[in-house]
Amino acid sequence: MSSFFQWLATLPSLLQVVVILAVFAVVVALILFFIELAPRRGRGYTIMRLVVAIAVPAIIVLVLGVYNDAVWLVPLAAVLGAGLFLLDRRARGGEGSILQLTAFMLPAVLLLAIGLLYPTIKTIIDAFLSNDGSKFVGLANFAYVFSPSNQGVLALINQIVWVIITPILATAIGLLYAVFVDRSRGEKVLKVFVFMPVAISLVGASIIFKFFFDYQQGVQIGVLNQIVVLFGGAPVSWLQTPYVNTALLIIVLIWTQTGFAMVLLSAAIKGIPDEQVEASELDGANAFQRFRNVTIPGIRPTIIVVWVTIAIVSLKVYDVIAATTTGQNDSTVISYQMVRLFQNLPPQNGGSSAEAVILFILILPFLIYNANNIRKQRLGL
Amino acid sequence: MIATDIDPRSARQVEKATRRAETAAFNDSKKRLSSKGATIAAVIIAVIWTIPTFGLLVTSFRQPADITTSGWWTVFTNPNLTISNYVNTLNFNDTETVAQSFLNSIVIVIPATIIPIALALLAAYAFAWIEFRGKNLLFVLVFSLQVVPIQVALVPLLNLFSTGVTIGHWAVFPGLNLNGVDGSFARIWIAHTMFALPLAIFLLHNFIAALPVDIMEAAKIDGASHGQIFFRIVLPLARPAIASFAILQFLWVWNDLLVATIFSSGNNFPITKLLTDLSGTYGQQWYLLSAGTFLAIIPPLIVFFALQRYFVRGLLAGATKG
Repeated sequence: MSSFFQWLATLPSLLQVVVILAVFAVVVALILFFIELAPRRGRGYTIMRLVVAIAVPAIIVLVLGVYNDAVWLVPLAAVLGAGLFLLDRRARGGEGSILQLTAFMLPAVLLLAIGLLYPTIKTIIDAFLSNDGSKFVGLANFAYVFSPSNQGVLALINQIVWVIITPILATAIGLLYAVFVDRSRGEKVLKVFVFMPVAISLVGASIIFKFFFDYQQGVQIGVLNQIVVLFGGAPVSWLQTPYVNTALLIIVLIWTQTGFAMVLLSAAIKGIPDEQVEASELDGANAFQRFRNVTIPGIRPTIIVVWVTIAIVSLKVYDVIAATTTGQNDSTVISYQMVRLFQNLPPQNGGSSAEAVILFILILPFLIYNANNIRKQRLGL
Repeated sequence: MIATDIDPRSARQVEKATRRAETAAFNDSKKRLSSKGATIAAVIIAVIWTIPTFGLLVTSFRQPADITTSGWWTVFTNPNLTISNYVNTLNFNDTETVAQSFLNSIVIVIPATIIPIALALLAAYAFAWIEFRGKNLLFVLVFSLQVVPIQVALVPLLNLFSTGVTIGHWAVFPGLNLNGVDGSFARIWIAHTMFALPLAIFLLHNFIAALPVDIMEAAKIDGASHGQIFFRIVLPLARPAIASFAILQFLWVWNDLLVATIFSSGNNFPITKLLTDLSGTYGQQWYLLSAGTFLAIIPPLIVFFALQRYFVRGLLAGATKG
C-alpha cells in the first residue's frame, strides 16, 4: 500500500483523484458482488465463501504490508477467516448471513477502529507516558501542561469561557432572529444573510474579522476602530489586548454559528401548532408573553440540541486562534496548545496528549448526554 | 386523456396554479401575523451580520495602495476598483502558489467526500435492516465517536501512518512512508474518511431506517436479496440523504484547517492552510488576504446557494435526532 501511494504521489494531482476513485470503485464493486453471492445455496457457493473467508483477511494483511519477520500474520489472518467461515455455517440467519453482514460492516468498522477508537485509547495512555513513550511518568505531563511557562491554566479558563459564552449567545441571537423573521416579510432572503457564514470556513471568518478589528497608526481601516474614532476615542489594537482579544474572537465563532442555530430553531418554531399561538392571542397575550409561554416551551428540545452542538464546536475551536492571534497575548485555548506542543521541536508528545485528554474530559458530559439520548431512542423504538 | 377533457390545462399548469394559490394563502396569513417592528429588527441584525464580509469583499477589489490609506467605506464616494488583486493573489508564491493550493483543496475534497459516503451507506444499511446481536451497542458506540474531538485522535493516527504498528518487536504494519512526500494526498484522504464515518453512518442510517417497511417486505417476498435491496431500492430512495451529507462533508473538508495542518505531507497544503500561513506572515497585506479569502469562500458558497435545501435538511437531520 505504501508503494501504491508513493507511486500515486508522482501523478498529476487531478489524475490522482481519478485513479484513487477508480481503485475504490473496484473494491466497492467486489464487496457488493460478494454480498450478492454470499447467501446463495449450493456447493459451489459454499466453496466460494470458504475461499473468500480465508483469502480476504490474508490479502488485507499483505496489502497493508508486513515485514519479513512478521509474515506469520498472514496465515494467522487466514485462520481467523476460516474460523469466521465455520461460525457462519451455523449462523441463525442461514449460511452466508454472517459473512454477508461482515462485508456490509467491516470496511466502516475497521476504519473507525483504526482511525478513532485506537487513537483515542492510545492518546489517553500517552498522556501518562514520557515524550518518547518509553516510561510511565504519572501526572508529570499534566503538571508540565499546567506549569506557568505553558499557560495551561489560562488555556483551560479561556476554553471554558469559549464553551460557555458561545452557545448561549449564538442560540439566543439565533432564536431572536428566528422569531423576528417568522413575523417579517421577505423571510427567505433575510435568513440567507445570517445563514451564509455557516458555509464560510473558520479561517475565512477569522480573516474577515481580523480586518474588521484591524488597528494601524493614523487612518483606521477597520470598522470597529473607525467607530471608536467617530465617537472621539483613541483606536485600540484589539487583538493584542489580553482578554479583550478572547471576547472578540468569541464573536467570530458566534457569527458563524448563529445561522445554524437560527435555521434549526426556525424550523422548530414553524412546528408549533397554530392553534396554540391563536389561543394565546385570543387570551390577550402580548408578543413577549406569547414568546415566553408558547414559543419557548414548544421548542425547548431543539434549544437544548442546538446548545449542545455549538458547545461541542467551541470546544474544538483551533482555526480561529491559529488564523488570528496564534495564542499570543493570553488568547490561547486547550485545543490550540495541544497542536502547538505537538509541533514543538522535539515534539512534546506527552504534553500534547495530556491537552487532548483535558479536552476529552471537557467533552465527556456532552458525549454521555448524547449517547444516553440515542440509547433511549433506540430502546424506545 | 379524461383529465384533459375536463380541464384543458396540463397537469403541470394545474400544479403551478395550486402552488401559487397556496403561497398566496400563506402570504395572507403571514401578513396578518407580520409586524413592522419584527421586520425592522430582523433587517438590522441582517445588516450587522453582513457588514464584516461586505467590507472585506469591497477591499478585495480596491487598489493595494488605497486599502491601507483609507477605509473601504470611502469607495462609495471615491470608487477606484480593480480585479488585479485576484490575479496577483492566484500567482502569489509562498510555499506554493495560491492557485496551486486551490487545486489541492479540490483534489482533497472529492475523494474525501465520495469515499466515506460509500462506506457509510453499506454500514448504515446493515444497521437499519439486518438483525444481529450487539447491534444497539455498536450503534451507540459509533454515535459516541461522532462527538470525540478529533484532536484526541490526531497524533496516534499520524504516528500510525508514519511509523506503523509494532507488537513487541514485530513490525505488523510498517506505515505508509509518506512523510515529506510532495504531491501525496493519501493521509489527508484517509484521515478525513475516518473522521467523517460516524456522522455519515448516523445520518444515513436515520434516513434508511425510516424507509417504509412495506417496500422492504415486498421486495423480500419477491425473493430479493440484501444486495439487490441495497442496490435497487435503498440507494435510489436515499438520494436526498446522500446529497445532504455530501454537502455537509464537502463544506467540512473544504473548510478544514486542523486535519490539513497535521496530515499534509510535503508542501501541498489546501487553501485554508495557506491562508492561515499568509495571515501570519503577511498580516497587513490586505490586498492578498482579502482576495485569497474570497477565492477560498467561492466554492462553498456556490455549493451553499445551489443546494441550500439539501443543506438545511442535512443540518436538521443531524441535529434533531441527536
